[in-house]
Amino acid sequence: MNQSQPHVTDDETLRQRLEAVRPRLVSFALLHLRDRCQAEDAVQDALLTAMEKTASFQGHSGYETWVFGILKYKILDAMRAQKKNGQWQPLEDESDDDAIDRMFQQNGHWSPQARPAAWGDPDLSLDNQAFWQTFDACMIGLPDNLARIFSLRELMGLSTAEICREVGIKENNCWVMLHRARLRLRSCIEKGWLNTETAS
Amino acid sequence: MNKCQAATRLMSLKRDRPLTLGERAALRLHLAMCGACRRCDRQFEMLHRAGQHFTPGDSDDSSEP
Repeated sequence: MNQSQPHVTDDETLRQRLEAVRPRLVSFALLHLRDRCQAEDAVQDALLTAMEKTASFQGHSGYETWVFGILKYKILDAMRAQKKNGQWQPLEDESDDDAIDRMFQQNGHWSPQARPAAWGDPDLSLDNQAFWQTFDACMIGLPDNLARIFSLRELMGLSTAEICREVGIKENNCWVMLHRARLRLRSCIEKGWLNTETAS
Repeated sequence: MNKCQAATRLMSLKRDRPLTLGERAALRLHLAMCGACRRCDRQFEMLHRAGQHFTPGDSDDSSEP
């Protein structure tokens, strides 16, 4: 990570650094917005803002971190717009979720086929492509509202109180969605990733 | 509390708000008895660490490219 240059003055250097970080910005936006065009738009918007405001970059965090910070606001704007347009809804009620009900028996214990297995100690570095491909595929497979809230919480790092404020949902609703998202992701990653491990 | 499903709710909840004393005790007791739930708890932690890899700078290791 090339974060050691606090002053970004040269336009060409700046452009190159923004181009270099762009793919990561797009995947980050895509996980939140779940629509490639809207993700690209949010990133484009963030890059333009970054170019305009480079003078206000203080240099106490890395430049890339600062650009990600700008993108976060663009993503939140876009996500609010998506919600307003009916592209996604919070949980209408907290009625049963079949996928999760199947993980447990009537008595509340794990179903035999859903009992968590040991993952070993997976290497979470970005070099471990098998893990990240599985992670991405499992994120894509999540229901829209769960994926959005999970991303805001665990990728963007907002508190559930902030999520409620930003996208206008109830905190209890948020906790239920996060519980479901984590259970589904855990299960999906276990299936996908352990399989690739044993296949290789 | 001896139900795994209820325990996973607390495992998830503790990542989003502080648990009450009672919730904490119930979870600790359940985890002491249930290996499958201990694995689930570790995997929730791993999901959290995985989420931090998408942004530069604020993850606690240096595996960014």
